[in-house]
Amino acid sequence: MTWLRRRIRPEQIRELILLLLIIVAVVSFGSLIDGYYSNRTFNRIASGVAIISVIAVGQTLVVLTRSIDLSVGSITGCTAFIVGLALAYHHDLSPLLAVAIAVTMGTAMGAVNGVIVAWGRVPPIIVTLGTLAIYRGILVESFGGYVITTDKLPDWLVNLPTLTLFTIGGLDIRAMVALAFTVVIVFHVATSYLNLGRQFYAIGSNPEAAELIGLPKQRIVFTVFLLSGALSGLAGFMFLGRFGNVTVQAGNGLELQSVAAVVVGAVNIFGGSGTVLGAMLGGVMIGTLDQSLLRLQISEFWRDAILGFLILLAVASDSIILRRLRMLWGAAELKLIARPVPPLTGQAEEAAVR
Amino acid sequence: MSALSRLRSWEGLLLVLLIVIVGLNVTKTPYYLGVGNLVNLFQLSIEKIIIALTMTLIIISGEIDLSVASVMCLATCVMARLFEAGVELPLALAAALASGALAGLINGACVAYLGLPSLAVTLAGLIGYRGVGRILVEDRAIGGYPAWFDALGQQPLVGPLTFSIVAFLVLFIVTAVVLNRSFVGRIVYSMGTNLEAARFSGVRVKWAKLLLFVFSGLNAAFAGLLYAARLGSVRGDMADGFELDIITMVLLGGVSIFGGSGNLAGVGLSILVILNLRNGMGLANITGNAQTSVIGALLILSVLVPNLARLIHNQWKGREA
Repeated sequence: MTWLRRRIRPEQIRELILLLLIIVAVVSFGSLIDGYYSNRTFNRIASGVAIISVIAVGQTLVVLTRSIDLSVGSITGCTAFIVGLALAYHHDLSPLLAVAIAVTMGTAMGAVNGVIVAWGRVPPIIVTLGTLAIYRGILVESFGGYVITTDKLPDWLVNLPTLTLFTIGGLDIRAMVALAFTVVIVFHVATSYLNLGRQFYAIGSNPEAAELIGLPKQRIVFTVFLLSGALSGLAGFMFLGRFGNVTVQAGNGLELQSVAAVVVGAVNIFGGSGTVLGAMLGGVMIGTLDQSLLRLQISEFWRDAILGFLILLAVASDSIILRRLRMLWGAAELKLIARPVPPLTGQAEEAAVR
Repeated sequence: MSALSRLRSWEGLLLVLLIVIVGLNVTKTPYYLGVGNLVNLFQLSIEKIIIALTMTLIIISGEIDLSVASVMCLATCVMARLFEAGVELPLALAAALASGALAGLINGACVAYLGLPSLAVTLAGLIGYRGVGRILVEDRAIGGYPAWFDALGQQPLVGPLTFSIVAFLVLFIVTAVVLNRSFVGRIVYSMGTNLEAARFSGVRVKWAKLLLFVFSGLNAAFAGLLYAARLGSVRGDMADGFELDIITMVLLGGVSIFGGSGNLAGVGLSILVILNLRNGMGLANITGNAQTSVIGALLILSVLVPNLARLIHNQWKGREA
């Protein structure tokens, strides 16, 4: 039991519960919908989740440091539209350059947020609420009723959403899904093991303490908004690829969806705890419900009500179950410390030396 | 220094801003000062500014309510569905108000008694309450209410003022008295400044929070019904995105997002600034999206400029010493 407790943190239990819930949801939808277990269902859910996951990764980083980024929807929309415009007029633009434009644009917009939050000392919710309106306003004002349609885009982009990299057990893994998953894994590993990643947690857990031990708080907060912007830019490119037809209202509401994914995915809204992988699971849960309820035709109107209830449930379980678990873990740790040291046997000695 | 100290008084700055905007509006367009335009100016955002009053209380107490626009939608959908099913309109209106209070009760119970963060709870409410509204009316638009209900939203009641504007003025005075002249106001401020201290000094913190959210829900339902009366029809997507406008009004009024500071005079002035700015830009043929951008920029600048001023001031002082 001690061994288990040492290896598994309460937060991980929370993520395992979420994984279990996703499996329960999939199994119950499978029994309700004919032909649910198919490649088509998987692709539908996965390509929707891919975009929201990439944004949710950025949102996770921001939320981990006790901030919030409400401008991600506008950044995604802006990059999707501008990159679409660039591709519509320059068909010979290379794919890599298109992605680079998207990420650079997103980074620039994220940098504006970051500078104002970190050095202007304006609360993040105010800054990003403002830039949510500003970015969208500039886009709508500049391009108004213009619509980017699939026939204006180069073929490689139109074919991108159906581009299959490889197949596992009859399920096609699309290029965009693989890209999103790679982003999630890279950022999960980075936040778990890299110095910078751990600094995000430190700032979120206790900003004063983090500053006292000499962490550059302002630079870290700036970095977080920069990354969130860059990832939203990448998501903008994916958005363009997936839908093809893009209006100036593209990506509207993605900010709340990403916060929802993060909250359902066991990232504490007050910072300092949660993982990128958890946020992706949150996105998967929401995406699964979204797409599956669409298939159960009568329930289309129930989607939002169920989603709202799910978020509330996630937050409540976070606070109630997790608090108990943490206390249990903490109490057990105390007992371990208080216990008299047993005489060392051979094996334990080796472990102690290590 | 004198300029800086004047800057520090937030209401003073808003007042200057308001005078500048009104001055510009008067010189730019001859129609601005007409009674019709001035009534219109309030009438077009009346629901938002009514909700901004309770939002002020909530934010001063250190919480936030993102679900208000969805509660507006929920209440109108309850009313529309009952009316469609043949229930008398006054009864349907009462049920709608009750549904708003219930939504507020759920928010409040989760925040106060389960100790959940209000940002997350009301985000769930933002999605969920509108979802319940959608279940009720699906994708229809329900209209055809009795003439007196439509008149409630449109026709002048006292002089040129409509019922909604009269209701706003009454609610504004009530909120001002409650916030500045009663123990309730002191409780709200003390909760926002230091929740623990408020609890130890005998404030029933949980009960107070619950009541604040119930009032927020009730007020949102009331505003939603006024909105339905003004539009004459109810749909599942009505009042979408209003929450951001409402919070902008409150924050621009100098209310701290962290709670504990701000006052209703500031919020009143910020409402006037935003309405006049929108109205002026509208009269000068600037579209709604550009207006929203300008207000977003104003919101950021409203916090950024005093911060920078303080920073520069501190550095100046450091150099002198």
